[in-house]
Amino acid sequence: MKHIVIVGNGIAGITAARHIRKLSNNKITIISAESDHFYSRTALMYIFMGHMKYEHTKPYEDGFWKKNRLDLLRDYVEAVDVSQKTLKLQRQGKFAYDILIIASGSKSNKLGWPGQDLKGVQGLYNLQDLEAMEQTTKTATRAVIVGGGLIGIEMAEMLLTRKIPVTLLIREENYWENVLPPEEAALVSRQIKSHHVDLRNKTELQEILSDANGAVASVLTKNGEEIPCQLVGLTVGVSPAIDFLKGSTIKTDRGILVNRFFETNIEDIYAIGDCAQFIEPPIGRKAIEQVWYTGRMHGETLAYTICNQKVAYNPGPWFNSAKFMDIEYQIYGEVSAQPQAHEKHIYWEHENGQQSIRIVYHVATRKVIGFNLMGVRYKHAVCNAWLENEAIITEVMQNLRHANFDPEFFKKYEEDVVHQYNLMEPEQPIEVRKKKFWKIF
Amino acid sequence: MTKIIQKTGMALFIAAIAILIGSLFISNYQLADEVLKEVISESQLPHFKQNIEEIKGRTYTSKFIFLNDLDKVIQSTNTSINDYNQIGNQNLDNVSSIDDYNAGEYKVKLTKKATQGILTDHSLLMLWLTFGLGIIGALLYIIPKIAKSPGIKNDHIFHSANTSGKGWIGYIIGGLLILFYVLLYWYPQYITEWILLMDPISYSLNGGEASRWFFYGFLYTLAIVVMGVRMIIKYRHSKYHIIRTISVMFFQTAFAFLIPEILIRLNQPSMDLKNIWPLNYNFFYDYNLESLLSSGNLGLFMLIWGILLIVLAVPLFSYFYGKRWYCSWVCGCGGLAETLGDPYRQLSDKSVKAWKIERWMIHGVLVFAIVMTSAVLYTFFTGSGSFLFMDSYTIRQVYGFLIGAAFAGVVGVGFYPFMGNRVWCRFGCPLAAYIGLVQRFKSRFRITTNGGQCISCGNCSTYCEMGIDVRWYAQRGQNIIRSSCVGCGICSSVCPRGVLKLENGPEAGRFGAPILIGNKSITLEK
Repeated sequence: MKHIVIVGNGIAGITAARHIRKLSNNKITIISAESDHFYSRTALMYIFMGHMKYEHTKPYEDGFWKKNRLDLLRDYVEAVDVSQKTLKLQRQGKFAYDILIIASGSKSNKLGWPGQDLKGVQGLYNLQDLEAMEQTTKTATRAVIVGGGLIGIEMAEMLLTRKIPVTLLIREENYWENVLPPEEAALVSRQIKSHHVDLRNKTELQEILSDANGAVASVLTKNGEEIPCQLVGLTVGVSPAIDFLKGSTIKTDRGILVNRFFETNIEDIYAIGDCAQFIEPPIGRKAIEQVWYTGRMHGETLAYTICNQKVAYNPGPWFNSAKFMDIEYQIYGEVSAQPQAHEKHIYWEHENGQQSIRIVYHVATRKVIGFNLMGVRYKHAVCNAWLENEAIITEVMQNLRHANFDPEFFKKYEEDVVHQYNLMEPEQPIEVRKKKFWKIF
Repeated sequence: MTKIIQKTGMALFIAAIAILIGSLFISNYQLADEVLKEVISESQLPHFKQNIEEIKGRTYTSKFIFLNDLDKVIQSTNTSINDYNQIGNQNLDNVSSIDDYNAGEYKVKLTKKATQGILTDHSLLMLWLTFGLGIIGALLYIIPKIAKSPGIKNDHIFHSANTSGKGWIGYIIGGLLILFYVLLYWYPQYITEWILLMDPISYSLNGGEASRWFFYGFLYTLAIVVMGVRMIIKYRHSKYHIIRTISVMFFQTAFAFLIPEILIRLNQPSMDLKNIWPLNYNFFYDYNLESLLSSGNLGLFMLIWGILLIVLAVPLFSYFYGKRWYCSWVCGCGGLAETLGDPYRQLSDKSVKAWKIERWMIHGVLVFAIVMTSAVLYTFFTGSGSFLFMDSYTIRQVYGFLIGAAFAGVVGVGFYPFMGNRVWCRFGCPLAAYIGLVQRFKSRFRITTNGGQCISCGNCSTYCEMGIDVRWYAQRGQNIIRSSCVGCGICSSVCPRGVLKLENGPEAGRFGAPILIGNKSITLEK
């Protein structure tokens, strides 16, 4: 029986622990400085907005851990002694391991702006950030958020529930334009504005200015405008939280360098989740994967390797989802922000300007490459099968209604998408088989 | 602007409630001779009149003293009847004394008829100042919410003193609801003024004066309709919720309220045609069966209809659509839970322990209902009051008190602000237990999860009124098939990632193996 120590109780570390427990009888300890129990980081915004309380965000009851012999340790790892196979913990001191899994997650990026460490400046990644936000918003009357990513819009939505006016600075013309195609980026931008967020495009942060007490007084943009505010949200991405590895022989770059088995350069030390950086990323994947799902998949995969069923990380087609205010977003496969020469994009948008479907396929092979959905739900299983089996566009068009995952009675738009396709490819129009009316019974 | 309208609305609503409560204390009570004839049974009347000197012609300003004196009259009447039975009449039939049930009815009816003052002089005005003002106030508060964009708006639910489960407003509302049910079931003589208020409406519907059950039915329907408007506005981005809310509003208004009242007007047996045994636990009571059997074709139809609902409709519809066809589309208790109770849905307990208690309790009540009904039917057919080793009348009384009134009413609604809006449906309703068994073992209904999209945020579990830990299934990619699920569809609506979908589909593969899509590293051999 080995002692497996996991640093970090986020989705990656916890998934690894759960699966190792399923597959083996090893002793497992999970160390976290952030919280006593695993909670869903993605739900931080809902705690702040009063949709849920912290305890609702815990995916397992507190008794689960003891029952499954997963030892939880609240402590902070200060250093790793690779040669002695020990950790140095802030409270407990030396802590021995046989196998070490580092799943320490991320920290919010600060890009070296003057004033970025002032009181009232923060990211949104962990419970401590949430607490800081609670404190600052007690008195704040205006907030500025820097960065047009997923966290930025979440923070804006959160602040609006406390009636704090928000200015959102984005570098691009439209929100999240480096990821979303122009139409979707515009769609989301409209959504942001309709919720009375002051969206400033093509605006970058120059400096954060301080008041007499070392707290935020205002921000200065590169356009020379000064916006008074008491809270600044820095949401320009996250990077691996690996400061505690400084001075160890574990090789790092931006993250902890791992191969496809999550092995670091040191035997018996692995890294998964946000803090891991692939030396050779899987095709079509980033070297550092920072979403919930990848953390979960890393954890599950590594558990097999650790339990003597060595397996390389091999993710299926990309998928992700988010919610922008009232608009749900789903993506399956690859949808490039700027249509490439070898791609064709079918794009349909509802006249309400809040729903859209985009399907991307390869011009020459006619294979489907990706799906982008706004305000419409599609089935992961169906889209995933099409992508894995390299289904051609006509097959997808003919069967598109099978992909719909919207609730019952919702209006379906698959016919409109096919119509759009037929306009693009008039030589081989698709006829959609209508659903038989008696099927509703 | 909307804030001002909303605040005005809330002020009017609170004023209406205050007037309604105040109306219990502003009347005088005087018992007139002609009233006695209408209320007291012919054989008891002479004895009653002998004992009424004390109270006759006197005007009471306090209801408590009036009721106290009335109690004395009833007691001494019973003494007179006893004396009469033993001494006075050797050759004639005995006069039955006023039992507890009769005494209760007499008190309510006599008090109601003895009431004098603003309530009788300005009955319509008072109706407007209470119910009218309440409706207007509530709608003024509710309708401006349409200004918010459509979509899930659960902001501050756990910050609110009303909906967080621990706030003072929640305690007050819960306390008032509990008090209301206790008065309604066991001390209706203290709320006769409210019944009196209903007289104009009752006369126009069924041609007679209002009973306490008319009053309760009216209030119940009003709650579902007004809060149904709120429900529709809150979830107007989802056609599913709009349609099912209109459905519960319709079934309550038409089937539970109007049709039974119209049947009374037509001198027919009155019946809520959508209320199914064993929720409708007195369906097989002797008086109901006798009334149906003696009412010609319509009575016979109602009897057969009621039985067909139990043996045919429940299994059939539940097979095709799951429990939801009844519990969140048709049922009155469900209707109230989904409208009046919606603000409290997040307060249900999601723990495994609660689930364990739930299964014991709800199936226990089902067994209780079956035993009780068997006993009642046994007595009906054989005339023998003892069934096995029990007295069928006692069982029936205990069931009515414990389950019918205390559980379904006091706890079922009164505990909304403490334990969520489905306490009764989850822990106590025997019909829900029966439909749940069908849903669990033989149905096409399930909630499916969307591949690997779950982020374990917990919105689904939090807002499940039945206390199902939906996330536990969603995060492992497993279909949710639970006997308790009423198919309200809120889990699917509050999910920020589009993970959940209520579906009817082929039974094959319904339970499925848990599967999360997206990771090809692991080949599942489950």
